[in-house]
Amino acid sequence: MVTMTVAKALNAGLRKALEGDDKVLVMGEDVGTLGGVFRITDGLQKDFGDDRVIDTPLAESGIVGTAVGLALRGYRPVVEIQFDGFVYPAYDQIVCQVARFHFRSQGRVKVPMVIRVPYGGGIGAVEHHSESPEAQFVHTPGLKVVTCSNPADAYTMIQQAIACDDPVIFLEPKRLYHSAKADVDESAPAAPLWESRVVRPGTDVTLVGYGPTVSTCLDVATVAGEEGRSVEVIDLRTLSPLDLAPVYESVRRTGRLVVVHEAHVTLGLGAEVAARVTEECFHSLEAPVLRVGGYDTPYPAARIEDMFLPDLDRVLDAVDRTFGY
Amino acid sequence: MTDPVFGPAPDEDEPELVQLLTPEGERVHHPVFDLDFSADQLRGFYRDMVLVRRLDIEATALQRHGELGLWPQLLGQEAAQIGAGRAMRPQDFAFPTYREHGVAWCRGIDPVRLLGLFRGTDQGGWDPKDHNFALYSIVVGAHSLHATGYAMGVQRDGAVGTGDPERDTAVMACFGDGATSQGDVNESLVFAASYNAPVVFFCQNNQWAISEPLERQSRIPLYRRAHGFGFPGVRVDGNDVLATHAVVQAALQRARDGQGPTFVEAYTYRMGAHTTTDDPTRYRRSADVDQWKAKDPIARLEAYLRAEGLADDAYVAGIADEADELGVRMRRVCHELPEPVARDIFDLVHVETTPDLAAQQAAYDAHVASFAEVL
Repeated sequence: MVTMTVAKALNAGLRKALEGDDKVLVMGEDVGTLGGVFRITDGLQKDFGDDRVIDTPLAESGIVGTAVGLALRGYRPVVEIQFDGFVYPAYDQIVCQVARFHFRSQGRVKVPMVIRVPYGGGIGAVEHHSESPEAQFVHTPGLKVVTCSNPADAYTMIQQAIACDDPVIFLEPKRLYHSAKADVDESAPAAPLWESRVVRPGTDVTLVGYGPTVSTCLDVATVAGEEGRSVEVIDLRTLSPLDLAPVYESVRRTGRLVVVHEAHVTLGLGAEVAARVTEECFHSLEAPVLRVGGYDTPYPAARIEDMFLPDLDRVLDAVDRTFGY
Repeated sequence: MTDPVFGPAPDEDEPELVQLLTPEGERVHHPVFDLDFSADQLRGFYRDMVLVRRLDIEATALQRHGELGLWPQLLGQEAAQIGAGRAMRPQDFAFPTYREHGVAWCRGIDPVRLLGLFRGTDQGGWDPKDHNFALYSIVVGAHSLHATGYAMGVQRDGAVGTGDPERDTAVMACFGDGATSQGDVNESLVFAASYNAPVVFFCQNNQWAISEPLERQSRIPLYRRAHGFGFPGVRVDGNDVLATHAVVQAALQRARDGQGPTFVEAYTYRMGAHTTTDDPTRYRRSADVDQWKAKDPIARLEAYLRAEGLADDAYVAGIADEADELGVRMRRVCHELPEPVARDIFDLVHVETTPDLAAQQAAYDAHVASFAEVL
């Protein structure tokens, strides 16, 4: 059992993957001697060499596109996009190329690669450094999209994503990198990659979050508990495929659901969860499914980002509203 | 043109065009790029070009008869593609655009398999690993990065510079003049240069990106762009199969030897339309087309073969018969291309499918079955 931050856990997971399979490559801007701008790849180039941990030119489409070629040659590239807002120059490669190779080749060609994207706000960054682009990738057939909310998941999920034969967008909640610290049992059996998980049981209302909003949901559960409301919190973990079975099960008991994410509300993941839960649990619902998310504005300047991000009060307010129907 | 502050522009004279065979079919020599060609090789080039032209004409006709939704014509680019394609070794790998029918031919892909994408029966009907030939790329330039990445993999496999002709491997990225304006092509040139990747950028400058002329893409000859990225570029007469072969072979060998990337600009002309939906009479002059007709790649090789006593009427007629057989077979087999199985689309999205897709497939099956019950 080792105490790790999410950043350390990702680093340890990447190290494990590099050790376990010499076809695994890490590539991206500044991932070598610098160890990445968030130090997620710290020390990896020193130990595995610059043929395995590759500092690339500053060109996101180039990074993802060459990773496709490496995957076609039998490698398993793990690509780091430096910041969420920089994933868009690689969008064509991800959506038109990475996502479709298996389909276009009628199943003959695999492109096993992981695209790591530090995402989300809350670190006081300048523009293009706080985006939540998950819906764009979830909406793209052929991609799998996951995110982690704690060090133990970070450690195992990155390894599972690398071992997966499908391309995986791995969203790393950057505000948890150094703040979320926990014991990680490196020998513990990993939860299945494509499963969401109840992280706190409750009976009155269900809260669904993922990545950076799981800790907000847990805080809400604590405060609401003091007010006599029992809140169940579910961490989605996997965004594509969505694993909503635990959510359905929960909503059938609680009758109330609030979905929380940092991404813009319109056509965000919450909309999908709400639609599906309405289809599956219509007769169990005591109130409409509510969403709390980022507003439909570009991410604002850092000094006012707190108003944009779903915080304890906004989520508590939504929880209260579900009891008003 | 001299700028008052920055001085004279780079040399704007017409660049040297590597050529081994004049438009009249006269063999000329080049101090760097020259090869001795065997009689079999020369006849082989001729046969390849005639058959590939027939393939192209037949596919165009099939589109006109409604059998294909679209066909991107190759007419006029036979020498560039056969010259380059025949310079590849089995272990080399090519990443094509959607017009690389001649390179596909050299990689042993049955011409009928090329039709599936355009007939709508598949999305590229061959296994890239069986032919070391990637699927056609519709987004021009996107695949130049795949080629470069693949070449970086070749490097990591230690398959360059060993001196073993069976092992040393080169990669070829094919694209046109229009694609050179794409970011991905430029990024691939950056990556290839930075890592000294064993990749040959084979640019067929056919003068037109649909209706946009070369002048809209570049103010300098395309091959000179390579110098700005830090590796050699060369312009070859793309209607001269011998010169294209010699230059591409040298570039591929350079890559296999571990000397890094090369940019080859095959200077040619698209005699047909961009695709069968296009009307080139709207944007180009017939005089230009006539001028290029006089540089026809097949006619000039035939003239040379006849002059050398390597071909006579009987030989030429024999190849023409073979082309007729190919045409007949394409017309016949096009109809027999297997129809895609609709319910398979759900299985092909991922290596490991998802519960959602399985559920959608089951719903689709039930939907289809509901019609069977009605009937």
